[in-house]
Amino acid sequence: MLVLALDTATSAVTAGLLRLPEVGSPEILAERVTVDARAHCELLMPSVCSVLATAGVSMHNLDAVVCGVGPGPFTGLRVGMVTAAALGDALALPVFPVCSLDAIAYRAGTGSPLLVITDARRREVYWARYDESGARIDGPHVDRPLDVPLAGASRVVGAPDVLGLPVVPPQYPDPAALVAVVAAAVLSRATPGPLHPLYLRRPDAWEPGPRKRVTPV
Amino acid sequence: MTTTGIVLGIESSCDETGVGVVEVSGDGTVTLLADEIASSVDEHARFGGVVPEVASRAHLQAMVPTVHRALRTAGIAPSDVDAVAVTAGPGLAGALLVGVAAAKAYATAWEVPLYGVNHLTAHIAVDTVEHGPLPPALALLVSGGHSSLLQVSSLVTPLHPLGATIDDAAGEAFDKVARLLGLGFPGGPFIDRAAADGDPNSVRFPRGLTGPGDARYDFSFSGLKTAVARHVEALGRQGIAVPVADVAAAFQEAVVDVLTAKAIRAATDRGIDTLLIGGGVAANSRLRALAAQRCTAAGLRLRVPRRRLCTDNGAMVAALGAHLLAAGAPASALDIPADPALPITTSLVGVPWTSEQQQ
Ligand SMILES: [Zn+2]
Repeated sequence: MLVLALDTATSAVTAGLLRLPEVGSPEILAERVTVDARAHCELLMPSVCSVLATAGVSMHNLDAVVCGVGPGPFTGLRVGMVTAAALGDALALPVFPVCSLDAIAYRAGTGSPLLVITDARRREVYWARYDESGARIDGPHVDRPLDVPLAGASRVVGAPDVLGLPVVPPQYPDPAALVAVVAAAVLSRATPGPLHPLYLRRPDAWEPGPRKRVTPV
Repeated sequence: MTTTGIVLGIESSCDETGVGVVEVSGDGTVTLLADEIASSVDEHARFGGVVPEVASRAHLQAMVPTVHRALRTAGIAPSDVDAVAVTAGPGLAGALLVGVAAAKAYATAWEVPLYGVNHLTAHIAVDTVEHGPLPPALALLVSGGHSSLLQVSSLVTPLHPLGATIDDAAGEAFDKVARLLGLGFPGGPFIDRAAADGDPNSVRFPRGLTGPGDARYDFSFSGLKTAVARHVEALGRQGIAVPVADVAAAFQEAVVDVLTAKAIRAATDRGIDTLLIGGGVAANSRLRALAAQRCTAAGLRLRVPRRRLCTDNGAMVAALGAHLLAAGAPASALDIPADPALPITTSLVGVPWTSEQQQ
């Protein structure tokens, strides 16, 4: 199966084309990952066209789309999600949602407990905890760095610099990991779950207080 | 030489997810086939204004279903679409991004050109689906975000700005005054309804920037809003119940008096015989009535789209896209940004083409 993978939940704008065999691991045919937190909209669709052109594959030969659904800073996150939704709609393809932190965890490999952290901006982080088999056992959450329970995780990856820890790769999801996380579902031709973003935060909005007077009381 | 075809337009600059479909025929006539809207306005009402993040979330949810509805209403298949147009700005950054990213994906998957267009030009272009080809005109654009006077020589050449508000947009003034009168959001329709039973001459509120030395084509509504607040507070101090209908009518009269007077003055100054009014505030019944009366008196032709086409919608974006397609404009590049501050002089983004090259 030919699978297009997209993720814009972090500052990396990620697009990749993979061949997913019935047996064995996904084979990457082309990928383009550009780290630029301010240009998701500008970069994503040209990246998709570029990976398809590089691999010599027409969009019409795709079998599925896999898309990171965050958590991630909202504006960038939505670019990838609406692109995946529109491509899926226009090409009549199933779109499989993946928690973007799961894709980072997949890249980090198994063997010992793992904490994945990404930058949520506004002095907060997104985080999730995984056991030694790679299963997510807590999260994803959004918290202040001080409130992230570090105990028990022998490895911290992603953007731990926000917590004052050394940066440990992988920092971003990559196409192979995004597809690997949902490979079984894609191969089974299962109907994907709904494509809902993992915002984790409510919108900033305040109901107006009493109006200020313009004349002195 | 006119290219014919079907254009799908996507609008997401504020709180309406709009998808419209139009057809442009060989003689340049643009026909409306669908105009579907999903609005998040009710989610903003209790905040007294549009909350950008709430709007952006709603756009993401509504985008694909609204495209579907538009195709179904138009009775066309995706393969019938010849171009995709989208509002590239101005507007709310996060809201615009959803529409622009979706439009890029649809245009690419359908293998048709993408036109990233200016929301304000689209407000003018939409009139052609109702009233036919547009002659050179003076346009008054009034909405929650804008109050501008523009000279329009054609829909595919840059608009020439003559004046704009120096503080609040007209629609913003309606929202603020509605709130202080205890009416709902958005303020325009509530003030319009309340004013129907009021006396517009009950209070004479100030007309901003109408003195002899003031900027001829600019607007100011901030002082008016403060004057209304003062009036309401003074009544309160005297223990007098606020006559909401009268205050609404007097406020509305002050706004539309200035808008129409300056628009007609600009058209007359420049020897333009057509006045076009667009944008959400153009749905206001008093503005429509006074403009009609004054245009007749001044010997001007007045064009105002029906109410549904005045507020934000996808049809207006499709209509502008259709005029660009017909004029043979090149497609926007796939790397165009959403530009919250897109200048009014740019109607089509992401192309080296300027309409001067067309002439
Ligand atoms: Zn508008």
